[in-house]
Amino acid sequence: MTKRSNEPLLWLLFSVGGVVAALLIPVHLFLFGIAFPLGWLNAPSYDALLALARGPAGRVYLLVFCILPLFHWAHRFRYTLYDGLQIKHLNELVNTFCYGGAIVGAIVATYLVVRIP
Amino acid sequence: MDQISINAVGRKELTTYTEYPPKGYRVRISTYWWLGRWAYLKFILRELSSVLVAWFVIETLLQVNALIAGPGAYQDFQGFLRNPVVIALNIISFFFILFHAITWFNLAPKAMAIRLGGKRVPAILIALPNYAAWLLASVIVGWLVLRG
Amino acid sequence: MAEQIALEVTRFSPERDKVPSIQAFDVPLRKEWVVLDALNYVKDRVDGSLSFRWSCRMGVCGSCGMMVNGEPKLTCATFLTDYAPGPVRVEPLKNFPVMRDLIVEITDFLGKLSKVKPWIIRAKKKPLSEGEYLQTPDELDTYRQFSMCINCLLCYAACPVYGLDPLFAGPAALALAQRYNMDSRDEGKSERLDILSQHDGIWGCTFVGECTEVCPKHVDPAGAIQQYKLTATQEWIRSLLMPWGGKS
Ligand code: SF4
Ligand code: FES
Repeated sequence: MTKRSNEPLLWLLFSVGGVVAALLIPVHLFLFGIAFPLGWLNAPSYDALLALARGPAGRVYLLVFCILPLFHWAHRFRYTLYDGLQIKHLNELVNTFCYGGAIVGAIVATYLVVRIP
Repeated sequence: MDQISINAVGRKELTTYTEYPPKGYRVRISTYWWLGRWAYLKFILRELSSVLVAWFVIETLLQVNALIAGPGAYQDFQGFLRNPVVIALNIISFFFILFHAITWFNLAPKAMAIRLGGKRVPAILIALPNYAAWLLASVIVGWLVLRG
Repeated sequence: MAEQIALEVTRFSPERDKVPSIQAFDVPLRKEWVVLDALNYVKDRVDGSLSFRWSCRMGVCGSCGMMVNGEPKLTCATFLTDYAPGPVRVEPLKNFPVMRDLIVEITDFLGKLSKVKPWIIRAKKKPLSEGEYLQTPDELDTYRQFSMCINCLLCYAACPVYGLDPLFAGPAALALAQRYNMDSRDEGKSERLDILSQHDGIWGCTFVGECTEVCPKHVDPAGAIQQYKLTATQEWIRSLLMPWGGKS
C-alpha cells in the first residue's frame, strides 16, 4: 500500500474550523469587538461572563471556538504563502510555522480553559 | 544545420533543423499575479480572512486570560478593546470574516453532491440551511451573552 | 462594409525570437465573425505564417482555446463584435509553453490525463458474449456533467495553482478522474485514489474556482475536486477506523 499522506486530516480540520469560524466568529466579533467597546450594547458583567465560561459546556465551547479555527487558519495561510509568495521551496518552514503555530495555540487555549476558576 | 529560407510572406528567415521540438517559451508568473484579475484578488482576500480569524482567536484567548486574572484585569482588558486602533482592526476583521462566512456557505454546496430520489439536490437547498444555522447560532450566542 | 477592428496577435518563432511579440492586423468587423474567423482572415489574406490550432469551428474539438483580452476562450465561440471597437488581443493559452505564435505545448496535460486512468476499470472484465455493462439514466446523470469535457484546457489557463506549480494535476484531469469514479460501471476508485490523494493531486487545489467559471462546457472541475476531497477524507477516516478492512 502506498504511503497515505496526512492531507485528509489537515483538510478535515480546515473544513470543520472553517464552519466554526463562519458560524460563530461574526457574532462574537460584533459583540465583543465592536458593539461593547463602542457602547452600542451593554456589556455583560464580569461575573455573568465568568459564569458562562466556567460551566462544562462553556469550556468545551471555548475549546472548539479557539482550536478549530486556528487549524483553519494554518491550512489556508500555508497555501496563501505558497501561492501568493511563490515560496514552495520553503515548504518545511512554512508548514512548521503554520501547523506549529496552530498546535501551540491549541495548547495555550487548553491551558487557559482548564484554568478558568 | 542553419539555412536561410524565404517564408510565406517573402521574408528571409533563419530555419534551424531540430530533431526534437524546441521546449517552447515559458512565461514567468509575476509575484503579483493575484492583482491581475478581480476573481484572483477576491480569492486572495478570501484566503487572507484566515489571518483575521486567527487574530480574533488570539483576542478571545486574551479575554479568557483576563477573565482568569480577575475583575481588575478584566476591566483593563475592556480598556484595551476600546482603543481606537483595536476597534478599527476589529471592524476590518468583521468584514473579512463576513466575507469568509458568505463565501464558505455559498461554496459548500459545490463540495457536496447530495442526491435524493435520483436527482442532485439544488445548491440553494444546501446553502439555505447553512444560513439558517448561522442565524440560529448568532441568536443563541447573542441571547446568552446579552442576558447577563 | 468598411468597418475594421484591430487584432493584436502574439507572434513567436522559436527559431527567430527570444521572446514573443505582438503584431497588429486590421480585420473586417463582421457581425457573424468569431475571433477564429479573424485569425483565418489574417492567415488567408495577410500573413500565411500565422500559426494557430483549430478544427471543428463549433465548440466541440477543443483545439482553438486562446486568451482573448486576457480571458481564456474558445476562439470559435467568441464573437468579434463583443470586443468592438477593439482592439482585440489574442494570445496563446496561459500557463503552457508557447511553441509558435498561438500554439502551446500540451504534452504535460496529456501525460497527466493518462495518469488519472480516465477509463472504466473492472476488477474482472466480463466476456463480450455476456453483453454490455448496463446503466440507468439516473446513474448516468451522476457523472454526466463531468463527462462533457472537450480537453480545451481553458481551465488550466485560468488556474493559478497550475501556473505556479506545473506538477499539479489540474482541473480537467481531476474532473475526468471524478467522472470515472462516479460511473456505476467503474471499479477503479481506490486505484485512482492512491494516485490522486497525493499533494500534486486534489490537495494541490485551493478552490480558486476560476476553472469552473471559464469552462465552455459547464463541467465544474472545481466542484469535482472538492467532492473528491470529501470522498478522500471519508476514505481516510474509514481506513483509520478499520485499519484491516479491505479498500472499497
Ligand atoms: S473542464 Fe472545461 S475548461 Fe477544462 S478542459 Fe474540459 S471543457 Fe475545457
Ligand atoms: S475549433 Fe473546435 S472547439 Fe473551437
